[in-house]
Amino acid sequence: MTPAPPAALYSDVIRERWRRPRFRGELPDATAVAEDVNPLCGDRVRMMLRVEDGQVAAARFAGDSCAICTASADVVAETVEGKTAAEATKLTTEDVLTILQTDVRPTRLRCVALPLTVLQQALQP
Amino acid sequence: MRLDEQTRGDFPILARTVNGHPLVYLDSAASSQKPRAVLEAMDQYYTTSHANVHRSIHTLGEEATELYEAARDRVQRFIGAASREEVVFTRGTTDGINLVAEALGRALRPGDEILITDMEHHSNIVPWQMAARDRRVRVRSIPLTGDGLLDLEAFDRMLSERTKVVAFTHVSNVLGTITPVAQLCRRARAAGAVTVIDGAQAAPHLPLDMSALGCDFYVFSSHKMLGPTGIGVLWARRAVLDALEPTRGGGEMIKEVWIDRARWNDLPWRFEPGTPPIAEAVGLMAAIAYLEKLGMERVAEHEGALARATVEQLAAIPGVIVYGPRAGVPRGAVVAFSVDGLHPHDVAALLDQQGIAVRAGHHCAQPLMRWCGVVGTARASFSLYNSSEEVALLSHALASLRTGL
Repeated sequence: MTPAPPAALYSDVIRERWRRPRFRGELPDATAVAEDVNPLCGDRVRMMLRVEDGQVAAARFAGDSCAICTASADVVAETVEGKTAAEATKLTTEDVLTILQTDVRPTRLRCVALPLTVLQQALQP
Repeated sequence: MRLDEQTRGDFPILARTVNGHPLVYLDSAASSQKPRAVLEAMDQYYTTSHANVHRSIHTLGEEATELYEAARDRVQRFIGAASREEVVFTRGTTDGINLVAEALGRALRPGDEILITDMEHHSNIVPWQMAARDRRVRVRSIPLTGDGLLDLEAFDRMLSERTKVVAFTHVSNVLGTITPVAQLCRRARAAGAVTVIDGAQAAPHLPLDMSALGCDFYVFSSHKMLGPTGIGVLWARRAVLDALEPTRGGGEMIKEVWIDRARWNDLPWRFEPGTPPIAEAVGLMAAIAYLEKLGMERVAEHEGALARATVEQLAAIPGVIVYGPRAGVPRGAVVAFSVDGLHPHDVAALLDQQGIAVRAGHHCAQPLMRWCGVVGTARASFSLYNSSEEVALLSHALASLRTGL
């Protein structure tokens, strides 16, 4: 029995962001940094933000994570750039899923949520 | 007849499909599936005999007690325990280790040491950290050799009169390494240390004989060996168990109670406060009967052959890394692997699309993951119902995976 080739598991946006994340990298002049892990799998994400006058001037992420988590981190970094810190903390898992053009199973929701949790930790006053 | 051909039909869940494919269940090290005999035994118990055990002076209570205690006798024979008093029912391996760590911890003094190993499951690490905490007791860990075996020379160097407990796994849940339990226990005992063995991955896979292993404590779970969740076994040598102060109080573990004190019950009930998992004991008894009918030597041989075939086939796929002892070294029924450029969770999700269930992540063994130099791995594990065809399906799927993401 030959297995059927796997259909695309993840949305095009997730696959594209996983292959070529635009916001992965270091931010040496970051003013707000946080890092956390997903206790389910040990994935680790660090968010680095440069906040100037209450505005997120730049955002980058680093870490070792699965495709969904990496894509989420990339989207989170892109979305918060240019926003005020207050606006940035309002970003939700639903928003990220919409941008990723996907729905995930409950077991993978934490992969989407981890970068948001880390973002909120970084922006905690 | 092959073991999988003989047994497959006994496991109703294996007939289902997942994502349009026949289920290929390669996650039995996390929890095995259950044969119909186990499901029926539990159903029968609840349908005809359920009541609380031990102090019910009525027919149902007596039937329930008889079944519960018969399960203990069955476990005793299955693991070669010297007496039924040595068999304590727990909620599982984690519960058993916590019980032992808490009880042994009380006798530890500043400067004492607990030895574990770099390949322990979190459930054989954290309880010892808790036992050591606030007592100025040190938890030290025996390193591994390059091919994932215990470094026995390091063990000898670390073992001293300060060592009070040596706690280690019988079979690694990630590497599949089988540790030389008898040898380690002999050395530990000579140094005056008590030995605690995590048998969660060994009990489903290897014939067990407590008298030959020479350890002081041995713990395992029912749900990894075809039995139900919610019950496990703590075995201890009679003398060791007799000297151990219970840490959990309640009904059934006492002989007499006054407002200010109590007198403990006999073994093994001293360590079983509250209503025990009765239906689960009945299920475990049926699981053991099932395994014994097939023979554990045959089970070990079948699962070992599957693991060997998996190592061989996966290692031949470009970009796939297999962890654990090199080919030819006996291993348990687990094979951890990673696929270059793919996160283990994505590997598991992609395989799931083809109906193949593998575990992915840190396998509750983060210190070992650091040793492997990864955040996590994927892991295929086997039970008696798995076939060589399923191993081939896994390797075909992995070979074509990299186009899938």
